Amino acid sequence: MRETLDPWTFVIAAYAIGVIGTLVLLGWAWLTMRRAERRRDGDAG
Amino acid sequence: MHSFANPKRFLGIARPLTPWLLAVGLLVAGGALAWGLTQVPAERLQGETVRIMFLHVPAAWLGMAGWTVIASASLVEIVWRHPLSAIAGRAAAVPGAFFTAQCLVTGSIWGRPAWGTWWEWDGRLTSMLVLLFLYLGYIALAQAAAREGASSRLAAIFGLVGVVNVPVIHFSVLWWSSIHQPPSLSMGGSAMAPAFLWPLLVATLGFSCLFAAIVLMRMRALLADAQAEARLRRRARDADAEPVPT
Repeated sequence: MRETLDPWTFVIAAYAIGVIGTLVLLGWAWLTMRRAERRRDGDAG
Repeated sequence: MHSFANPKRFLGIARPLTPWLLAVGLLVAGGALAWGLTQVPAERLQGETVRIMFLHVPAAWLGMAGWTVIASASLVEIVWRHPLSAIAGRAAAVPGAFFTAQCLVTGSIWGRPAWGTWWEWDGRLTSMLVLLFLYLGYIALAQAAAREGASSRLAAIFGLVGVVNVPVIHFSVLWWSSIHQPPSLSMGGSAMAPAFLWPLLVATLGFSCLFAAIVLMRMRALLADAQAEARLRRRARDADAEPVPT
């Protein structure tokens, strides 16, 4: 018997993982850059 | 090339470029995903699940492109010993590993309805998994070298040797019998209908801008860390050199 799968469940899962993961990576890269540059500029002052 | 490898000149270019790449990347990638999700028709054989392609293919491209960046930076580091190239290699590692993992996860989610399985140990899937392990090894090596203050040449050699896996990934579907489909895009043309091809190209462009923005942000962070570290060391040395009052 062939099982029936709802294709939208897979599409939404893939989009949720891809979009949320990319946004988290962007946020982490931005925050670590700001923190490192503040530390360097603070040390210089 | 050496003039662009100057940290001051690099920052002069990277500072204005980072927000532009971020804004264009978010707009283009977001627009392409919305396009793929709402406007593209269901495919004849794969149905609605074909929409996963707009995340999966750019992630696969960026996973391989990331290691190509690492290998190029490693080559420059080994030949010219320029420290900025070591920073460029390290900066590409985390986003490269992330997009490789995203390619594997979205591919697995796509594979379940398309092939009836989450995973298959075939050439394409296995060589992509090997790429993820190579990234993890490179990150561990580069971090250990940075922590110990050791030379980053070992990580650079690893980065250069690991590039052999990139053509293996690309040609795996041609060399071995694979569950994965052969390439739909080549230099000669496309086997894909324009309704799928255009949003795919736009999504790849958008995610490539985001990848470039992440690499620039990581480079700026690593460079700032190195500069702060060097200043602390200089201060400690100056304090040691000061004469002790008697």
